[in-house]
Amino acid sequence: MKEVRAIIRPERLDEVLKALEEVGHPGVTVAQVEGHGRQTGLVEQFRGRTYKVDLLPKLEVRVVCKDEDVEKIMRAIREAAYTGEIGDGKIFVYPVLEAMRIRSGETGEQAI
Amino acid sequence: MGFRNSGVFRKALLLSLVFSSFLVGAVWAADPTGAKTIESNPGLAVDFVWVLLCGFLVMFMQAGFACVEAGFCRSKNSTNLMMKNLLDFVMGCLAFWAMGYAILMGKDWHGLIGTSGFFLAGKYYDVQTYLSFFWQLVFCATAATIVSGAVAERLKFSAYLIYSIVVSAFIYPVYAHWVWGGGWLSKLPFGLGHVDFAGSGVVHAIGGIVGLAGAIALGPRYGRFDKEGNPRPIPGHNIPLAALGVFILWFGWYGFNPGSTFSAHHLRISIIAVNTTLAAAAASLTAMLIVYAQTKKFDIGIALNGVLAGLVAITAPCAWVESWAAVVIGVIAGIILVIGTYLLEWLKIDDPVGAVPVHGFNGLWGIISVGIFADGTYGIYSIKPPFVKGLLYGGGFGQLLAQLIGAVALFAWAFTTAFILFKVMDAIMGIRVSPEEELHGLDIPEHGTPAYPEFITLRRR
Repeated sequence: MKEVRAIIRPERLDEVLKALEEVGHPGVTVAQVEGHGRQTGLVEQFRGRTYKVDLLPKLEVRVVCKDEDVEKIMRAIREAAYTGEIGDGKIFVYPVLEAMRIRSGETGEQAI
Repeated sequence: MGFRNSGVFRKALLLSLVFSSFLVGAVWAADPTGAKTIESNPGLAVDFVWVLLCGFLVMFMQAGFACVEAGFCRSKNSTNLMMKNLLDFVMGCLAFWAMGYAILMGKDWHGLIGTSGFFLAGKYYDVQTYLSFFWQLVFCATAATIVSGAVAERLKFSAYLIYSIVVSAFIYPVYAHWVWGGGWLSKLPFGLGHVDFAGSGVVHAIGGIVGLAGAIALGPRYGRFDKEGNPRPIPGHNIPLAALGVFILWFGWYGFNPGSTFSAHHLRISIIAVNTTLAAAAASLTAMLIVYAQTKKFDIGIALNGVLAGLVAITAPCAWVESWAAVVIGVIAGIILVIGTYLLEWLKIDDPVGAVPVHGFNGLWGIISVGIFADGTYGIYSIKPPFVKGLLYGGGFGQLLAQLIGAVALFAWAFTTAFILFKVMDAIMGIRVSPEEELHGLDIPEHGTPAYPEFITLRRR
């Protein structure tokens, strides 16, 4: 099992969720996160003076899946989250040791 | 103003000792039931309603100030700012009742100070006097509450309580006596003496300049200037709240300015309302365009403070000028606001909400503008001559000179007394919170109550 974590633009969330449904993975967890990658932040202003904000609001979309589904999920997320501008985000994949469905007690791939 | 200066107070016995007013019975000219007053002039009913309704609007400006200041500061100080705006009114009401009103409107002593009417006791138990008291009270409270913005995010709450008492009982009433209580500024032998219709100087410049003294005595907030001394903006946490506050203040100003006729029988109130509106609009647009030229953004913070700058500037001249002059006064107010904001940064003075350029600098501009633009169509709170006339309408330099003398006296009085007040408090009890409290925000160390218990942000600059 693997976990796919994608850090995306907040405004692309609807597209990404739709894409995940289309590839058959409706189960998802979304978290509000803040940070920056190679981009250095954003210029804002307050009463005539500008300042730089270096942590930007993003969403992290987490999907746990079978090993063989990782590639199609990554592709689906990338296509849905893509704008081509700096700040589109990143996708990371992590190994998952175990899973359990709380209601039934099922474990492993049965549980995801 | 006709009533402010009037002989109601002088007809009575000359009282100069603080508590002697207690000894005077209510049988004097006082009319606590209001029956004799309404019988002598049935038209007074509408004047009472007019003044009280306008006074209620002025009181509601407290809410506007609270919103603007909390919105323009960080979330970690919101409880503290709400408390300061609440408690300066609470302390101010009692201090003004006990002492402030007597100093403002009491029997004049050498043009410097009023000396009777403490605790509204004795013959001051009278419907007209209470009306005058309520009106003067909400104006005093407006001056007091302006300061909390300039000293925000670092002044100890205990020091703020003491400041509230001193400004409401002494600093504000003394200057207001000079202008509105028959004091020496109103008797200057130039023009018609120093005049300030609704208090650009008396209320706003006093508040703004006391705030300036406080901001200097305190020093800037941690992180406001970097190690090289370059300014670093500290953005406010809630722009919608600040915008709501400005709308409330603008609305409240329709009590502040038109109500200052102290009479619904002066139909000049329509002119005052229009002038008030136009100056606010002109100042806001001007300030916004100046910043747009620099950053290519339509800056809401400067547009909001622009509204207030225009309102402050038109407060003194609103009854004595025509509409084109209100627009010009507003445009200049917008320019003064932007230059004043940058000037304070250059001087390394930290004014978190911009109270000093808005109320201080533009308050002074407001009283000076009367000497230039007054067009000779309205008198000293009277529709009868003598009318106030400025430089552009053949009034010569007399009125302008009286206005300039008032501006200098105001700055000297407010800055000196306030700076001494803050320095003395600092020596005795310390006026600034500890660096740890300042970084953590004042809400929990000072009040134990966070404004937003479930709200965190990682966002930083």
